[in-house]
Amino acid sequence: MTKSNPLIGIIKYLQVIGHRMVERIWRLGAGARLFFLTIIYSGESFKRFHLTMREIYATGVLSLLIIIVSAFFVGMVLALQGYNTLQKYGSSEAIGVLVALSLVRELGPVVTALLFAGRAGTAITAEIGLMKTTEQLSAMEMMAVNPIARVVAPRFWAGVISMPILATLFSMVGILGGYLVAVPLIGVDEGAFWSQMQANVDFQTDIVNGVIKSLVFGVACTMIALFEGFDAPPTAEGVSRATTRTVVISSLTVLGLDFVLTSFMLVI
Amino acid sequence: MDRTKIDLWVGIFVALGVASLLGLAMKVGNLTSGKIGETYSVTAAFENVGGLKSRAPVKSAGVVVGRVDNIAFNSKTYEAIVTIYIDKRYHFPKDTFANIYTAGLLGEQYVGLEAGGDEEVLKNGDKIAKTQDAIVLEKMISKFLFSKASETNADAKQSTSTTQQETKPAVAKSTELGDPPF
Amino acid sequence: MTNNIVEIDNLSFGYKGRLLHKGINMVFPRGKVVAIMGGSGSGKTTLLRLIGGQIKPSKGQVRVNGEVVHKQDRDGIYRLRRKMGMLFQHGALFTDLSVYENVAFPMRELTDLPDSMIHDLVLMKLNAVGLRGAHKMMPAELSGGMARRVALARAIALDPQIIMYDEPFAGLDPISMGVICDLIRSLNDALGATSIIVSHDVKETFLIADYVYFVANGVVAAEGTPDDLMKSTLPFVHQFVHGEKDGPVPFHYAAGDYQKELMKQVHD
Repeated sequence: MTKSNPLIGIIKYLQVIGHRMVERIWRLGAGARLFFLTIIYSGESFKRFHLTMREIYATGVLSLLIIIVSAFFVGMVLALQGYNTLQKYGSSEAIGVLVALSLVRELGPVVTALLFAGRAGTAITAEIGLMKTTEQLSAMEMMAVNPIARVVAPRFWAGVISMPILATLFSMVGILGGYLVAVPLIGVDEGAFWSQMQANVDFQTDIVNGVIKSLVFGVACTMIALFEGFDAPPTAEGVSRATTRTVVISSLTVLGLDFVLTSFMLVI
Repeated sequence: MDRTKIDLWVGIFVALGVASLLGLAMKVGNLTSGKIGETYSVTAAFENVGGLKSRAPVKSAGVVVGRVDNIAFNSKTYEAIVTIYIDKRYHFPKDTFANIYTAGLLGEQYVGLEAGGDEEVLKNGDKIAKTQDAIVLEKMISKFLFSKASETNADAKQSTSTTQQETKPAVAKSTELGDPPF
Repeated sequence: MTNNIVEIDNLSFGYKGRLLHKGINMVFPRGKVVAIMGGSGSGKTTLLRLIGGQIKPSKGQVRVNGEVVHKQDRDGIYRLRRKMGMLFQHGALFTDLSVYENVAFPMRELTDLPDSMIHDLVLMKLNAVGLRGAHKMMPAELSGGMARRVALARAIALDPQIIMYDEPFAGLDPISMGVICDLIRSLNDALGATSIIVSHDVKETFLIADYVYFVANGVVAAEGTPDDLMKSTLPFVHQFVHGEKDGPVPFHYAAGDYQKELMKQVHD
């Protein structure tokens, strides 16, 4: 009977969607659980700080190159595009403000978070997924060593510490890049560039808020990377899928959080 | 990867971060012109503060001498009480004017102090007696329209009847925009 | 104090309604080498994880030194695990640590021994497995057999009372197999420990085991000394021990009639 067929199809489709929704919520819960466990077992990350230091090196220091180069280019492009539009209204001296505010408020924290998720996040996911696949985490458990305290927590704190540093660096290098394009290249007045910027960028509302944002993004991206690795099916395919998920979910979360945080900050 | 190398690089990393933050704070932001140094506070009452916000600058002769700290409402006199911090280096006489100006055409509002001639200076906790309110755009426009209307009316009336003495609508307080200090 | 260091008492365990083990009874006397054998997927490795407390039984008990494993709290389980050493199937060495660091790991994590003592102990353990000269190498540089020997050194780092081996002979060349075989027996006797071997390598296991349990269909299908089992007439045991192609475990996976399938058109 062709009449019942489409209905069954629709019902099955809805079931699939419902199942997927439940699975997503379940994963969110599992992720939250890992987050709380990580916080609870964080003592060792600080008592044996060299563990965390190693991870700061892996996530932070090794990301320096991509962050600095990207920041430079972003700053330069901002200056170019900004000048292009501002000079139509005779406000080309506001270019310093444009570059600085765009970077400090938004691009610094957000772009850094996206790059971080891509570089450091995937590395974390792959590493932990691999440790799971080769039974290293099981071996640790059997040796009465808590894998969350030893493997997960140090990486978490390393991410949280590295992210604001990288974001601030991004903003600074971006502004320098913008300066190099605006002043020597285009010919905007150097004094006007900096003085307008200083007059309009507020430490508390702009810079500090940017740092707060990058801290929140750091927590989110690192936790997502850790969870995906920890939860990955112990196969080669599972790990590779997990790294993709890290990038996708981190990016969406960062952009969503950015909206929420920006709304908060502009109101307060 | 031995420990000393990691320590070195992490140290450099953190140092870079701190340097960036300081760089941003100093060169980019206006932390240096913030509330460094001792200040004293005075209050001023306004009938209308317009769009004045806390942390707005307090300027005299175009130079920032302080910050607006707090804007409160006095429910007895229906006035706005503005508390401002002034840098201790600067002293203002007791008969200083406190006005609310707008930076540029539609910019942020700030408090401008015009020194008077009194020998005594304002001390911590004093009240500035002479104030001028912020310009509210709507009132300005309505006054302008009203005065324009009454002008044409007066002309018309004069040409028709000289007996009807129309009281020119009181040009309330001052429609003159005080000269901005710069 | 009983003579059995580990006792499995009427154990049942399953996932999602499917029981993997249905009432298993085993004892492991002190100082002996006991093997658990069976086909793939018969739940042998799961038994090791139940002994180690990584998973909880659905019914029944596992007792280590008289204490019920799954009733222990976190500290209790870790206390029990300190007396156990486990050799995972592919070694599960920590890839970011050198051979030396891998063997030193349990000592560093679980004891307060000074570095000088750890140094001596690590070299002793590596010497016992014949790899003292390789202590500076990284796991990636080791061959399969060498990696497994290092993992063995790590498993005996704290002189455990129970040593568990998960498929120790899988994928090794004949020489390495002989080495591991010899090491399992000699270390067991030298340490006065009890070894539990999960394997399906009949030849090697029968050489060193004192007692063998055969697991099939969720129960202990047969047990006895290697000699007993070689002479056993039970069809299942006979097929397994002599590597026969067909028997209780059929050659053909369930399929329809051969001729009919050949004649049918190919559906895609």
